[in-house]
Order: sequence, then structure tokens, then C-alpha cells
Amino acid sequence: MAKFTTLTSHAVPLPAENVDTDQIIPARFLKVTDKHGLGDSLFCDWRYLKDGSDNPDFVLNEAASQGAQILIAGNNFGSGSSREHAPWALVGWGFRAIISTGFADIFKSNSLKNGLLPVEVSADVYKALMEAVQLDRSTRITIDLPTQSVTGLDGLEATFPIDAFSKHCLLEGIDQLGYLLSFDEQITSYEQQRT
Amino acid sequence: MEPRTLFQKVWDEHVVVQEPDRPAVLYIDLQLIHEVTSPQAFTGLRERGLKVRRPDKTIATMDHSTPTLPKALWVIDDQAKAQLAQLESNCKEFGVELFPLGDSRNGIVHVIGPERGFTQPGKTIVCGDSHTSTHGAFGALAFGIGTSEVEHVLATQCLLQRKAKTLEVRVEGQLMPGVTAKDIILALCAEIGTGGGTGHVIEFNGSAIRGLDMEGRMTVCNMSIEAGARAGMIGPDETTFEYLKGRERVPQGADWDAAVERWSQLCTDEGAKFDKTVIIDANKLEPMITYGTNPGMGMQISEPMPTLESFDDFSQQAAFEKAMLYMDLEPGQPLLGKKIDVVFIGSCTNSRISDLRMAAGVFSGRKVADGVRTLVGPGSHDIKKQAESEGLDQIFKEAGAEWREPGCSMCIAMNGDNLEPGQYAVSTSNRNFEGRQGKGGRTFLASPLTAAAAAITGAVTDPRSLLLS
Repeated sequence: MAKFTTLTSHAVPLPAENVDTDQIIPARFLKVTDKHGLGDSLFCDWRYLKDGSDNPDFVLNEAASQGAQILIAGNNFGSGSSREHAPWALVGWGFRAIISTGFADIFKSNSLKNGLLPVEVSADVYKALMEAVQLDRSTRITIDLPTQSVTGLDGLEATFPIDAFSKHCLLEGIDQLGYLLSFDEQITSYEQQRT
Repeated sequence: MEPRTLFQKVWDEHVVVQEPDRPAVLYIDLQLIHEVTSPQAFTGLRERGLKVRRPDKTIATMDHSTPTLPKALWVIDDQAKAQLAQLESNCKEFGVELFPLGDSRNGIVHVIGPERGFTQPGKTIVCGDSHTSTHGAFGALAFGIGTSEVEHVLATQCLLQRKAKTLEVRVEGQLMPGVTAKDIILALCAEIGTGGGTGHVIEFNGSAIRGLDMEGRMTVCNMSIEAGARAGMIGPDETTFEYLKGRERVPQGADWDAAVERWSQLCTDEGAKFDKTVIIDANKLEPMITYGTNPGMGMQISEPMPTLESFDDFSQQAAFEKAMLYMDLEPGQPLLGKKIDVVFIGSCTNSRISDLRMAAGVFSGRKVADGVRTLVGPGSHDIKKQAESEGLDQIFKEAGAEWREPGCSMCIAMNGDNLEPGQYAVSTSNRNFEGRQGKGGRTFLASPLTAAAAAITGAVTDPRSLLLS
């Protein structure tokens, strides 16, 4: 997993609530056997017109969105299915962090395993950041994981929560399976006790 | 000892290691695998040179991308074919038991787990599928995981987990005729919204829950995730034991008696505290239906749809407007009488024998309305066989419905069964998200009774009007 320390980027505003994983990547793209190459299918049904061309009205297709690494989206982002294809598609497009007032549990857990940082902020901070980004799409936001802070324009600064273990894994680029495997002895003794 | 909830008891039993400031290492008793969310996990194992730690605690099936037409008519695209082939070779290589497409034990993962007795009270159960919450109906702690975690469990039989909070949903009273388990869970989704249970495990209790059979309880727990909760649980009781007794993979003989005694301890202790409680009056429930684009956008079938003024929050208003636009519906109007194009009866939510019996009761002696396409998909081959032995397939076919093979079918629309753009469907599945049942398709979620009633009349219909006549 790629390390995450500090990220400064312009952002893509998506002010919709309850963006579900079927919107992030529809089920018909889940027939793959690989994690890579899903960025082109991200938000597919919003992003492309019937003939397959870009929908000019969808924010991801705007020139100002290109190269952005931060997505700002409405509450309960990532609700629905457990598909890890959702963070794979977001990371595949180029996102490294998502700012919202809330994330669905499984989506959050999947994101943290793919170097995609869920940044949970208060409704006020969300509103201020969303407005600033919508007003000026070149607005740059800084997300600093060591201090768990997000900084926008005009001195706007807020902190966000993250559990100590996930933070440690992201900072070091550690993959959690390695950590789990280190408990082999304890797992074996647990299995022996129970049988 | 402090009084504990059912969740706490199952959790405590499965903590292998709990280091300070670290998630618990939680032991998993059963992992269910399917073709869509497992290929990358097996690839990961191979890359690291790891084995499946406990193939004996791992079961695989094919359900999501599988066709539901008879074998002679199968059309499987190359991508899906490759995915199915990969599951087969992965299971062979790593020694995992697989119920492949066409096998008599094949079916939807959350249907066959309980049906074959793999699902048992007190177990921790995971699957790369959010509707794993279904198995909580047996007093198991069961939840959906991502593919990275599928790999974690394959390699170590454990998961890193932080303990969830608990939400008690108490459903008291008696359901009126025509009101089903599906209506209970749709009412909960409407009440607390799709994010209402985030961070929580739900425990369902109360007299209306106790009054449900296991299939109804599975329907309720299945859609816990639609209320934002990863898991929903119901304490095991006589109904649970009765359902499980004699099933293929449950303990037999003296081991059965010992298991029942152990399982009987799994109820929430008197005085145990939940972090939150929601109470639903079962006596007042009516058949429910969704009008919008998430399962929280639901209402009693006789009500008019909300209007913009029904929401005080700006972002909720925006979400409502967006949903109405996608659904092409008029706020404030009733849904009753709205013409529909398709009816889907099936999915891990409502494809069990009692669901099919309910639907067949409405279809019996009647015809599907002109121009309505109706698909009925049993959840497994066992259910299909049972339904056919009861003549339910004949009732469906004579009414003009399509009697399909087991699979996820039109719930997920990645297997050849899907809505066409603009079509309206009444569906017994679990998600009405934009495009969920096919790009541009529009879904009204409801019970098997309500879905069957819509098939007969060709419009959204209160099923009680057909039950009485």
C-alpha cells in the first residue's frame, strides 16, 4: 500500500448525499479478476452519455477536475455493497482522499486498505470547504495525516478522527495482512482451545 | 459478570488478541466465497505464497454473474466466464469446497449457508458481500467485508476489527394480514435512513420478531445493511433450533443437544445496555414500498409520496429532488395505481420457500397483467425443487410468470437479467439505487405479496385488496 503523509490538491465537489457504491462503480463492471484499470468506470452512469461520450454536465469531466486528488462529497458516502472495486475505482482515477461528513462502514474499511483516506469533518467544515471549492475550483486543500488536520482557504482548519492503527498503517504504507500474520501462534493456540 | 448483549457475547468468544490501541484480532468461524469479490484475494495469496488456513471453514458458490435461464439458453460473456473459471481453479488449488453453477447444492450464498446448516448460532460469519448480515437471523455475528479482508480471512481465519456499537430495534405487537417481515425492515430503513445504523450492530427483538419464522427473520437481518448497520442479529430460540435440526452440516445426536444448550445461552442478558434503541409498533405497520433511489426512501403503500416541504434539511431536499427526477415521479402524489413494467421476485432478501408460497398465493388462479414481465427466481436448487414439488412453479407459469434458475438475477443485473432504461419494476430485492437493476431502470422495493399484486394488476397495488377478494 502507498504511504499517506500529507496531501495538497485541488478538489472535486460532489454535493450529493448517500452516494452508493452502485454509483461509484456499477455492478456490470465487477466481472474483472484484477484490481487495476477501474478508474475509467468510476461514476460511469453519471459520467458518460448513452453514446459513450463524456457527459459535459458531470463534475468529473470538467477541466478543473483533472488532476484532483481530493473528492468532497455529501453525507453517508459509499453506502451499499461491500465491493472493494469502489475504492479501487476511486484510486484508479487518481483520488487519495475523500472529505465527507460521514462514510458507510464497509466502504471506509475498504478505503483504508487501499491508501484512500476518508476524512470525516463536521457539517460546518464540510459546508465551508464545499462552498470554497465550488466558488473557485483551483482552491487547494491540504490534508495532513500526522496532525489529522485539513486546511482550506482563509485559515480554515479542522481536525478529523482516525483510529491509531489505521493511521500508523497509512503513514508507514503497511499492509494489514502482514500484521495479522504475526499472530499465527496465538491463532493456533485459540484454535486448539476451542476444539 | 456485567450483563451482556448477544453481540457482546459472540464478540468476546472470538477475540484472539486485543492489544491496546489496536483493533481486535477476531476469529472467523465461517467464510463464504463467491465469484465476484474473491479473485483478487486468491491472487494476493498466491503472490505471497500463502495457503488457505482453514479450507474446512470456507465454502464457495457461484451466484452473482450466473445466468438464470435453463442451461441450453445460457449466455455467459467472456469476462463472467473467466471469473467463474477462476473461482473453480482457485477452489481446486486451495482446497475449498465449491458448489458450482449447475450443482444441485448451488444457490445464492446467503440462501445456501443457512439451508445446508453451515450458518449456526454464535458463529462469526463473513463474506465479500454486504448482505452477509442475513445470517445474523440465527444469532451469528455476520457481516460483509471487502476483498482485502477476504484475503485476510483466507490466510489467517481472522480479521482486524474494532468493536461496533449496538442498536436495539424492538418490534412489538402483531403484524396485520398482508404485512410481512419485508415491511418491518423497509419501515426501519424509512425511519432511520440508510446511514442510521452506521457504526452499529443491530439486535432485533420484541414480540413481532419472535413471531417471525426463520425465513422472515433472514429477510429482516438481510437488509440491516440498508439501514447502515453491517450486521443485524436475532437471539436464537426454539424457532431457530427447529429450523436447523437435522440439516446437513449441523451437529447431530448428542452433539446436537450440547449445541442447543450452548446456543440457548446466546440471548441478551436482562439489564444489558444498548447504545441506542428504536421501537417499531408492529400493529400499525402497513405494506411498505420505496419511491426513491435508496432503501430509506420508503413509505406505507397507501400514503402519498413526500413533497419537498417534508424535509427540513437542504441536502435531504436536494437528494429527494434528484431521486424524483431519476424516478420521473411527481412529489406528493400516490404511488398506488402507478403502472409498472417488470416484477422481480427473488434475491437473497426474498427468494426462500415461504416467499414463493406468499407470491404463489396471490398468483393462484390469476394472470399476470398484459405487458408486464414477471421473473420468479428461487434462491437455491433445494428451494426450486421444494417449490416444484408443491406445484408453485405451475402456478407461476400458468399465471404467465417466468420460473427461473437460482441466482442473484435481477437484483444485481450483471447476469443477463436486467431492466431496460426507463422501466419501472416492483422488486423484492434489497436495493433501489439508480441503475441497480439495470442502467436507467427504476425500482420500487416491496414484499413478495406486494410484488405479486403488482404483477397481477400491472400497477402498484395494496396486496390486501387481492388477499381479501
